[in-house]
Amino acid sequence: MNITKAQYTTAEKEMIKATIDDMEMFVPLDPSNRHYAEILKQVADKKLTIKEAD
Amino acid sequence: MSKPAELANLIGNINAGGGGVNRNVIINGAMNVAQRGTSSSGLGAATGYFTCDRWNLYQNGTAGRLTMSQDNDAPEGFSKSLKFACTTADTSIASGESLQIVQKIESQNMQHFKKGTSNALPFAVSFYVKGNASATYVAELEDYDNSSRHVGKTFNVTTDWTRVEITFPADTTGVLGEDNDTGIALNIHLHSGSFNAGGTLRETWGTLSQADRVGGGKTSFFDSTDRTFFITGVQLTAGSVHHDFIHESYAETLAKCQRYYEEPFGSFRAGTGLSGTLAVSYDYTVQKRANPTVTVTSVGNRDAISSHGIQANTVSHCAEQFAIGSGVSGSYVYGGQVKADAEL
Repeated sequence: MNITKAQYTTAEKEMIKATIDDMEMFVPLDPSNRHYAEILKQVADKKLTIKEAD
Repeated sequence: MSKPAELANLIGNINAGGGGVNRNVIINGAMNVAQRGTSSSGLGAATGYFTCDRWNLYQNGTAGRLTMSQDNDAPEGFSKSLKFACTTADTSIASGESLQIVQKIESQNMQHFKKGTSNALPFAVSFYVKGNASATYVAELEDYDNSSRHVGKTFNVTTDWTRVEITFPADTTGVLGEDNDTGIALNIHLHSGSFNAGGTLRETWGTLSQADRVGGGKTSFFDSTDRTFFITGVQLTAGSVHHDFIHESYAETLAKCQRYYEEPFGSFRAGTGLSGTLAVSYDYTVQKRANPTVTVTSVGNRDAISSHGIQANTVSHCAEQFAIGSGVSGSYVYGGQVKADAEL
């Protein structure tokens, strides 16, 4: 899974807008969601940073 | 099938614990549902879901490429199969290379196998396969709840449709959690480097030993651009009896698949002069396994829309909010389509 961008959609951090395999996706903060699980893994591995909301 | 054989099969079904219906824990085993599309080419560089629902293509590090498609070539009694056609060969196989067809099954749907208990049942796996030439691959069960304990068996492919029946032993170690995450995965290994193929195939359940997941001497799907592989009628039931494939209606299979993925439409009518924001709700046909990832695929009637994005997302629906920049000039229906993905 190639994740090139991740940013919270709101200041309340309700969702993440991410670019995954060249597609813009809205990822819920649900540990059972495979995309969120991969985001957490890449953050833990210091390969990805989730930006704060604009 | 003779009447006595039909009766024996039915009794076997009932004894297996499913009351004779829907004991197959594999979803879309007959490859009838393909919501994402019926063909996808140039695959092999990324893992994902591309054609027939619920069937994941897993890759690691290979330069080989393939086309994956839902095909009309199928054994008697079936109308579809999942076809893999090699389009770029890869005969220089690095250690970590892998290509697998995978279906992940929720733990809560595997409880009747009683895995991890003294009463654990065997796993009866069956499917139909065909290829352009003889080949030998590996089917594997992998326990995601218990540090990838695994067991595998080889199977042979010929140029004719062949039914494969594999009985994996019961596993009295490693209870499956009762939840909506992956419990067991059925992995079909089509191409492996020495990392998975450097040892001896493990045919009894055991702790993760990467080199023994495939073992040596297996066919590489990427050995030639002539290589094809077809599969359908995939079934996994509890017990050691192999039953005829349990066919179900397209609607039943589609509903099962929509727990993991669907592409709903939504719309909202806007009057002249309207400005501000509009919200379009997409109610899912089937409640999702988990909160899904949502991708916006299209937005209709873009008049005055300055931006849009997903604002809410649950297992039952999502909502897309549109910002109207300078007011709607006419009476418009706004709407679009999203993809909701709750795959394992």
